[in-house]
Amino acid sequence: MRELPTLPMPVPAPPAEGYTRREAVVMGLFALAAAATTTGCAADALAYDEFVQKHFKDLSPEELQDRLAQMEKRYREQFGTAIKVSATPPMEGVLFGYALDLSRCIGCRRCVYGCVEENNQSRTPQTHWITVLEMDKEEGVNLQDANAYYEHETVPAPGKFYMPVACQHCENPPCVKVCPVEATWKEPDGIVVIDYDWCIGCRNCIAACPYGARRFNWTTPGLPKDEINPNTEYLGNRPRQRGVVEKCSFCLQRVRKGLYPKCVEVCPVGARKFGNLLDPTSEIRYIIENKRVFILKEELNTQPKFFYYYGL
Amino acid sequence: MTILRKFGAFVTGSARLAFLGGNRYYYAWLAVLGLCIGQALFAYAHQFQVGLISTSMRDSVSWGYYIGNFTFLVGVAAAAVLLVVPAYVYDWKPIKEVALFGELLAVAAIVMCLLFVLVDMGRPDRFWHILPFVGRMHLPSAIMAWDAIVLNIYLAVNLTVASYLVYCAYHGIHYNKKFVWPLVIFSIPMAVSIHTVTAFLYNGMASRPYWNSAILAPRFIASAFCSGPALLLILFQILRKVSAFEIKDEAIHKVAELMAYAMGFNLFLFGAEVFKEYYSDTHHLVHYEYLFAGLHGHPSPIAPYAWMSLAFAVISFFLFLIPRTRRNFITMNVGCVLIYASVYIEKGIALIIPGFTPDQLGQVYAYVPSVTELRVAAGVFGIGFLLFTLMVKVSVGLLFGGVRERATG
Repeated sequence: MRELPTLPMPVPAPPAEGYTRREAVVMGLFALAAAATTTGCAADALAYDEFVQKHFKDLSPEELQDRLAQMEKRYREQFGTAIKVSATPPMEGVLFGYALDLSRCIGCRRCVYGCVEENNQSRTPQTHWITVLEMDKEEGVNLQDANAYYEHETVPAPGKFYMPVACQHCENPPCVKVCPVEATWKEPDGIVVIDYDWCIGCRNCIAACPYGARRFNWTTPGLPKDEINPNTEYLGNRPRQRGVVEKCSFCLQRVRKGLYPKCVEVCPVGARKFGNLLDPTSEIRYIIENKRVFILKEELNTQPKFFYYYGL
Repeated sequence: MTILRKFGAFVTGSARLAFLGGNRYYYAWLAVLGLCIGQALFAYAHQFQVGLISTSMRDSVSWGYYIGNFTFLVGVAAAAVLLVVPAYVYDWKPIKEVALFGELLAVAAIVMCLLFVLVDMGRPDRFWHILPFVGRMHLPSAIMAWDAIVLNIYLAVNLTVASYLVYCAYHGIHYNKKFVWPLVIFSIPMAVSIHTVTAFLYNGMASRPYWNSAILAPRFIASAFCSGPALLLILFQILRKVSAFEIKDEAIHKVAELMAYAMGFNLFLFGAEVFKEYYSDTHHLVHYEYLFAGLHGHPSPIAPYAWMSLAFAVISFFLFLIPRTRRNFITMNVGCVLIYASVYIEKGIALIIPGFTPDQLGQVYAYVPSVTELRVAAGVFGIGFLLFTLMVKVSVGLLFGGVRERATG
């Protein structure tokens, strides 16, 4: 059995008698909002709790458990099926890193769709966390020449090579820097996460990300009940709402339990490698130390933990 | 208690002044603005229901017309108050009025800015997350959090000064200079800071080479000094026709002259940017190619506007530079319209869209605002102009209309 989450959290405010100022102000705001909207919030018992929902890092362990239960209830109502929501903490002494072998990738996009299924992305409209770029072998890596919308009968197309891009989980992430409300941050294991319940949908992070890795829910995500992955994480693959940003989380729900990310698992050619950068005996460390490795847009000093290499 | 009663009388008296005693054109203007707002409510209700998918924005071009308008209006708000500086330096007689109308314009412009941000938000119900104390402002790192702070302080300062001046006029008391002038003086660096911080919002993102240029903030200030005064010059001419408001021709021509310098500087900065991009000819040039022509053989939908903006800027520069056309009210007013249109296109269209096109992975999405975006934007402008009109009506009535006796008696 795992322990309750022990993510580093600021000391929760001492329980005050009656309402704190914050609660009082927020309740007032809610009353205003409920009066102003015609969506029938007032009739919804959970709506108030969701409106005053605290930032993930402000939740005490007890509040977090309540919140998880509440969320599961909400999802059951919404989808008519049981969805488990956990908040698995990062492991000690782990810093995740990813490597992708450009000489092996064939551009089949199995990773793209494996990711969609694993991470409960919207099916209508389609949301993909991974973008596979097709480029000319003659040109080499030149994004201005890249095509993300290729549609061949079979891949790889002659003369082309493929470069999948998703969140690079930067050590110095510009998206985190610009978020006006701290709705996105870097976890101790290096994963950049988003609190979907705190995001205000301003999309500054999308503008700031140099890798086009972030996705916005322009409308309510369409997720059919029978295609849901019911094992979900608060900061990861739980079903998202309209109007918030999402992106690759290195399959937080899997990697924090010692599994590979889904894209690593489904890749038919073994182009994708994953592991602990702090473990000198790991495969990822072997690749970095022995292969011709590069990172995307190195000059921006984002320090990605996503490494491209030529293995063959 | 008396102060409360006095304030209550001020509010009801102002409301009476705002809505009563206008001429035909005044009510027609209000009706037009009402229609703009009314139709926008339906458009926004639709957007609220289905989400921002009703706009043309997508992950590739994730900010568009709304944020462009926001940026433009920050400039208007900043420049409106900066007009106090020449009014002081050249000792124009109605400096109090110039300051007051500048501040009223700033208030209306900031309200529009905040509304444009609100309609652009994916989760407007969570706006309180960015409030101090109850929310979680990401300071000092997030420029957007700073922008929220400076815009709201600026709004508060201008609202305070403007309503205090009008309140004093209503009750026929002389305003306290020791209270007003420090705030007016404070609002001048604030005006510069709101536009600078807004420029830094774009400027600070290394992911977008189109904005990642050190002269972005100076360009913002220069272009704002063109668009804000353009509005005020037209307003001053209307006011001195329909009310006892007096401003000398010299003052108006002096503002036009200052606008010529601002536009000249703006064009110089733009030229410096264009030189750097085209001469160094790096991959970053693609954004300028998209702005002025197109990419991969497809013409860009914004290119005609970009050229129009440039042409308007050059024409209005000469109209304001040459003393004869500057002093001729017809050519000067043509210049005002051109300069306003030029900066509107520059900020509303030419600043935001090319920054996102092509996107960070080289993909081109040809963004053109959707009907919903245009309708909602019309409504936001409707609200802003309505607010400005009503505030000006009240102020003019109190300051020059001889309405004071009627209102208190």
